[in-house]
Amino acid sequence: MSELEYNPTELLICVASRLMKDETTAFIGTGIPMLAASLAQRRQAPNLIPIFEFGGTGAILEDLPMAVGEARTFHKALHASGITDVMETATRGFIDYGFLGGAQIDPYGNLNSTIIGPQHHPPKVRLPGSGGANDVGSLCWQTIIIMRHNKRNFVPKCDFVTTPGYLTGPGAREEAGLPPGTGPLYVVSTLALMDFDEATRRMRLKATHPGVTVSQVVAETGFDLILPDEVEENEPPSAEELRILREEVDRQRLYI
Amino acid sequence: MKVVESGIGELLQPPDMNAFREWNRTRKSRKLVDKLMTEREAVRRFVYDGCYISTELYGTVRCPMTLVREVVRQGIKDLRVAGQGVIEMDLWLAASIVKALDLTYIGLEVYGTSNALRREVESGRVEKVVEWSNAGLSWRFKAAAMGVPFLPVRSMLGTDTLKYSSAKVVECPFTGEKLALLPALILDVGLMHVHRADRYGNCQVEGITGFGVEFARACRRLIISAEEIVPTEEIRRYPDRTTVPYYLVDAVVHAPFGSHPGEMAYVYCRDEPEIKAWVKASETDEGAQAYLKEWIYDLPDHQAYLHKVGQERLARLVEGRERRE
Repeated sequence: MSELEYNPTELLICVASRLMKDETTAFIGTGIPMLAASLAQRRQAPNLIPIFEFGGTGAILEDLPMAVGEARTFHKALHASGITDVMETATRGFIDYGFLGGAQIDPYGNLNSTIIGPQHHPPKVRLPGSGGANDVGSLCWQTIIIMRHNKRNFVPKCDFVTTPGYLTGPGAREEAGLPPGTGPLYVVSTLALMDFDEATRRMRLKATHPGVTVSQVVAETGFDLILPDEVEENEPPSAEELRILREEVDRQRLYI
Repeated sequence: MKVVESGIGELLQPPDMNAFREWNRTRKSRKLVDKLMTEREAVRRFVYDGCYISTELYGTVRCPMTLVREVVRQGIKDLRVAGQGVIEMDLWLAASIVKALDLTYIGLEVYGTSNALRREVESGRVEKVVEWSNAGLSWRFKAAAMGVPFLPVRSMLGTDTLKYSSAKVVECPFTGEKLALLPALILDVGLMHVHRADRYGNCQVEGITGFGVEFARACRRLIISAEEIVPTEEIRRYPDRTTVPYYLVDAVVHAPFGSHPGEMAYVYCRDEPEIKAWVKASETDEGAQAYLKEWIYDLPDHQAYLHKVGQERLARLVEGRERRE
């Protein structure tokens, strides 16, 4: 298997997809989470219920949506409602997982997708803003964050906290009023899989991608990453995963 | 209730629920009157310089693009905008007609960040930016729809999104936990595109409703564009499908392919090449201005726009639509 050729995006999709479980609900955003969910529905999670913020619940992801409100987000779905219904469902504790991304992430899994630079307005660089990200990060039980891994993105402190991770550490989410028992579970990056240390709520290396060394991950991370005694290695994409991804999930090669 | 934190963002449109009631009593007719008019007339009558305005659903999905382009065409300026969108917001930003933003997301989805947003906000031409989440914005519409000045929610807490909003954090009088209070957002003008409407403004949509249910109830003036104008008998046959009843509506515009280059569920799909054309054009200000000239200023109305897009291309979009199988 290891001699199979694949690109970094395909690896990212496969690692994220393996984290999706059958018979769970997952909030899906544009891009890699859509591909990962579609792959998961064709493999280990045929009854994964994708939830899209503008109202699609339980779609069968036969064709890739290009947007979170597009008709493919409620293709053969169980429910087509609206954003308040979906977000209130999340508030009531019905949404197990949420997938997130951002321009910056800090050691506590806080995310920035609003501005780059020290000043809010006018900013040095204006990014799109929260969209549904803050709500997903606040209200889903657990979030999985997908990131490009480099020192510019993995920063000691976000220029702006758009979406809550563990904020300033243990107990901070609850202190802020966010629902207890919620927060980031994993970070899937282009180099590795990370989780969060329970005592400090800081990011910890869990497994490197094939061909990536621990020192490479450390060098590309702009803060002290917790290193466990044993670092696992992620399996490369299997022939079957690649076949499904290329022939079924993204036939038109829009993303991969 | 003790306020423990206040967002420092300006409340661009303070809620006045009694004034809203009074408006709805005196300015919104209960009469079943014909509201069908052209997009030119609708925008001329109800959209004005400095108004607080927004659009539903968003740029590539069931979006009132016909009305959005007409606002640009008529040169209405200094808009205060609840900004959740893609191409529709980009067109307004590129035309430099936005003065203040309640901003949740403006971007190009899979195609990345919006260069039009960057140019207008980083230059300070958009003078004020107040941050919200998508749910936050939808709950602000919901508060207005409920006729109450705020709603308590469990989102936005602990973040800079709240700090740069005009929300407040309080201790819940029942549980003692912290809650974010979001102020009701009453729009001066709302623009919304639907699958079908009658001449009085009774509207039905198919598929997801997005922000629609709450948005339509949070407007002083609501302009509807519709793919199809149907007899009222058709509405009365399926009243359960009516999302927006007539008394909320001020104008009805017949706009087939009114969401183009976005999609309309079960009617036509996205026009990907046209969306990409905007992504490319908007990389530079010159490119964006040339696009506005070609697709808005040089065309008199929606009919001319559709003619320019061409029958063949529109037929392909219909062919690619989502189907109920």
